[in-house]
Amino acid sequence: MSTATSAPPMIKASGVNKYFGDLHVLKEIDFEVPRGQVVVVLGPSGSGKSTLCRAINRLEPINSGEIQVDGKPLPAEGKALAALRADVGMVFQQFNLFAHKTILDNVTLAPQKVRKVSSGDARKTAMELLERVGIADQAQKYPAQLSGGQQQRAAIARALAMRPKVMLFDEPTSALDPEMVQEVLDTMTSLADEGMTMLVVTHEMGFARRAAHRVVFMSDGEIVEDSTPSDFFTAPKSERAKDFLGKILTH
Amino acid sequence: MFDFLSEYDVLGAFWLTVQLTFFSAIGALIWGTILAGMRVSPVPLMRGFATAYINLMRNTPLTLIILACSLGLNQTLGMTLAGQNFEQQNYRLAILGFIAYTATFVCESIRSGINTVPVGQAEAARALGLGFTQVLGIVVLPQAFRSVIGPLTSVLIALTKNTTIASTIGVAEASLLMSEMIENESDKIFLVFAIFALGFVILTLPTGLILGWVAKKAAVKR
Ligand SMILES: Nc1ncnc2c1ncn2[C@@H]1O[C@H](COP(=O)(O)OP(=O)(O)OP(=O)(O)O)[C@@H](O)[C@H]1O
Ligand SMILES: [Mg+2]
Repeated sequence: MSTATSAPPMIKASGVNKYFGDLHVLKEIDFEVPRGQVVVVLGPSGSGKSTLCRAINRLEPINSGEIQVDGKPLPAEGKALAALRADVGMVFQQFNLFAHKTILDNVTLAPQKVRKVSSGDARKTAMELLERVGIADQAQKYPAQLSGGQQQRAAIARALAMRPKVMLFDEPTSALDPEMVQEVLDTMTSLADEGMTMLVVTHEMGFARRAAHRVVFMSDGEIVEDSTPSDFFTAPKSERAKDFLGKILTH
Repeated sequence: MFDFLSEYDVLGAFWLTVQLTFFSAIGALIWGTILAGMRVSPVPLMRGFATAYINLMRNTPLTLIILACSLGLNQTLGMTLAGQNFEQQNYRLAILGFIAYTATFVCESIRSGINTVPVGQAEAARALGLGFTQVLGIVVLPQAFRSVIGPLTSVLIALTKNTTIASTIGVAEASLLMSEMIENESDKIFLVFAIFALGFVILTLPTGLILGWVAKKAAVKR
């Protein structure tokens, strides 16, 4: 990459280890997400994908190694950590919309409380974002009144309202009924097309093929392969990746 | 049969009961919420303080706490809470005691409410860059409160009845007047009991009904 020296990668993990008790969940993880790239993380259940994703905004602290976001090491705690999280959007499998607030209030909350945006401006931006993800007509409803797909699109709008530098998605479509998966993937694809830097944990192979610049394959806490989607799907190098793809394709 | 009532200020005594309950409830709600915040805080010192405080207060008889406020704080340490005379001082000290005691039950109710809020709610808030107090104040506590209006109602009703203990330090609330009436009207003991029991039911029953309705309205749908 020509700008490699002037602009650091958006996410850079080096020698990251993470344990849950005796369980070694992340083993010497080294990887990067350059600016503007969409990186899809694949791997069997329990391989550490969520943990990796959550380590990047320190929802899960790591035991050793270093993670940098936009060239700066993750702060340990306090205001600096909150400020970093404000720049890193996160979308969860279970949506996690604030249940006691309307969709509009969900989207305007953080810009007002964290970025100190005026309520008028926050509202205007929120309505634009809700329009963009196709649920502007749901703005006054509460999360429980929306379908899963609508809730997840609202959650994406909520994260985008902070104007994040990078977006993390942890299995954003896994909790959805099949007929709602596509609407969320479409929203994510359009985000990718606009050049958003994204790290996406997913089992949606179609999305990985179409939208990803790179595929990272994890197994047992290790990054086993890191390649382009076409290389990974047509010519996986490792036995574990072949095994994984075999299972997925026969399903 | 009810003629003797005109010699006593029953309404005035119940009005004092209402005032004791009202100010103690407000104070206990605030202090109890702060304690609950401390119990879930990441700072070990705060957690330790709140836990110790709750274990001490909750396991001490209320009569002892109220007496300690009057004898200990007031007569020994000279704390007056800006009360002009002995009566006003004891009234305020009683409220202080009720707040200190009732807050522990408020805290434990709220903490059980916090446990009903899915962890994902706080995680999403943290991931957006909100700090600890914001996560607690904007996302977690508002949802926790809605789920514990029922238990808090029980605490409030218990508090209403507990205010009778203020009579031990001479605060002229309902039960002090009742004792006086029982002494003077020994032929009408059951009538006096009935009047005061009814008085407390009139205070607590609507509280329970109204807050029960509020609890249904406020419940968070998930
Ligand atoms: N809070 C926790 N405490 C203890 N162990 C945990 C915790 N979270 C995850 N683990 C364990 O760590 C390992 C990796 O979990 P992780 O959630 O990162 O996997 P994953 O790749 O996201 O799996 P899935 O596809 O099922 O979501 C698993 O063995 C899991 O049981
Ligand atoms: Mg996972």
